[in-house]
Amino acid sequence: MSGILAILEQREGKLHKMALEAVAAAQQFGRELGEPVYAALAGAGADAAAEALAGYKLAKIHLVQHELTANYTPDGYAIAFRQLIAMHQPTYVVLPHTYQVRDFAPKLATAMDRVLVSDVVGHRVENGQLVMVRQMFQGKINADVRFAGDAPYFASIQAGAFRADNLEAGTTEIAVMTPELKPEQIRTKPLELFRESARAVDLTTADIIVSVGRGIKEAANIPLIQQLADALGGQLAASRPICDNGWLPMERQVGSSGQTVAPKMYLAVGISGAIQHLVGMKGARTIVAINKDPEAPIFEVADYGIVGDLFQVVPALIEALKK
Amino acid sequence: MKIVVAIKQVPARDSLLKIGASGTRIEDADLAWEINEPDAYALEAALQLKEKAGGEAVVICAGPERAGQTIREALAKGADRAIHIEVAEGELADPLSLARVMARALAEEKPDLVLTGLQSDDLGYGQTGVILAEVLGLPHATLIMNVETEGAGIKVKRELEDGWFQNVEMPLPALLTIQSGATKLRYATLMGIKKAKTKEVRHVTAEELGGLSQTAVQVTRIYVPEKTKRSQVFDDPPKEAAAKLVEKLRFEARVI
Repeated sequence: MSGILAILEQREGKLHKMALEAVAAAQQFGRELGEPVYAALAGAGADAAAEALAGYKLAKIHLVQHELTANYTPDGYAIAFRQLIAMHQPTYVVLPHTYQVRDFAPKLATAMDRVLVSDVVGHRVENGQLVMVRQMFQGKINADVRFAGDAPYFASIQAGAFRADNLEAGTTEIAVMTPELKPEQIRTKPLELFRESARAVDLTTADIIVSVGRGIKEAANIPLIQQLADALGGQLAASRPICDNGWLPMERQVGSSGQTVAPKMYLAVGISGAIQHLVGMKGARTIVAINKDPEAPIFEVADYGIVGDLFQVVPALIEALKK
Repeated sequence: MKIVVAIKQVPARDSLLKIGASGTRIEDADLAWEINEPDAYALEAALQLKEKAGGEAVVICAGPERAGQTIREALAKGADRAIHIEVAEGELADPLSLARVMARALAEEKPDLVLTGLQSDDLGYGQTGVILAEVLGLPHATLIMNVETEGAGIKVKRELEDGWFQNVEMPLPALLTIQSGATKLRYATLMGIKKAKTKEVRHVTAEELGGLSQTAVQVTRIYVPEKTKRSQVFDDPPKEAAAKLVEKLRFEARVI
């Protein structure tokens, strides 16, 4: 057992934006442990994505090619990657914590009698072993998690935990791996991808975004936040529960299942700051939070904040902006 | 159709969390508890499917004695019966050992469909459903918005990232993790609450099902995360706090 294998994600030849962050994590682990780093890609278009990836410093890229992995299925990916792992015996297997990884990686780890440490936000090295840091309680608590038993050890990396902007460059060889797969092993049949509706609101171009969460309590209170957005000349956005309730349209949702934004200012009102929301907005230049709970995770990323009842704070803020 | 829905009891949202003396668990003593919200959506999906296709909805829940309250609430909403896997208060388990215990509890149930929430709001592994599928040898799909029966199987709508969706056809039996928010949650009726008292709850201990462990991964310490940013937070009365914030946004951050 040796080395670190980064199992990455791509669609139609384009690497997932979190894939390079997983490479950054793997490269950092590799440097700290003195281990080589390998990468693996599967699915239609993986060859083009592998070409792009070959410009980074890796020991090898494994290109998993089979007609039964062209379209993603949890069965196909788990079987193929299990064979790759058995062949190369990495000590660590690192993946980006994407929706797709959440769909197949726990299955892959279970099939090998292992437990994936999901949602990793940090790490340290202790006695030559990685200790992972992951979030619990919606980001309010961190946990140190140690691997026990035998390698391979599986970990998925949360968005934004490692920076992809200073990856080590290099020239990496691509090796094709053909898994053994039979059609009857693939039990689910994926159909075409689709979108529900075109987006009329493009939050990604807004300079100022005022976003509202569960703290607003009911739909009748939304106009208060609209008034604040108007006073700031900003766009109104929301966290997932607000859109799920139909209080604002889905196109105004910020977070992992909505839009990712990086405005000059992001003002979060009554949003606790679960990781699914934070990944969609933490690139904002200035983050402001209004929340009644001083322990809310949103304050971890906020530059400025007010602890208090939003139904008192927001009207006061609208007044203060008029002065 | 026989549907099993796996639910969990977690600390109520907005609970003030205190870390226990062991440094590996949350202090339980003063907490209020409720159903894990994503599991409430799984329960709702199970009840709707039962109403459409007929059959039985069976709740399975692992937790200490207090979890009985959450189980009763699920029965009051319309589940037919329940299996309570009793876990000692404070017992630590990795999701694989928990899934194995649940799989053993389900050995004689032979469900057509197993549903669960996409993740728990406390430990947040987001894995128990997928692991349980693998342990039970079932095909699975995650983040499901809608389920339709189709011949001998089902067609499900999966949520992908960035506003994309995908339909997937799969055979039964199968396991699905349900996306939150896709439907409205029902309330228990008075009649439901009354009926729940007479519904069957089978009790079995985790011990009897092979026991829980942390053999593959171990949580060694939990703690409040250090702030990565130096934030300026005002907790003055609203008027003063608002004035201070506007001052900062105008003259320090210069964003307005």
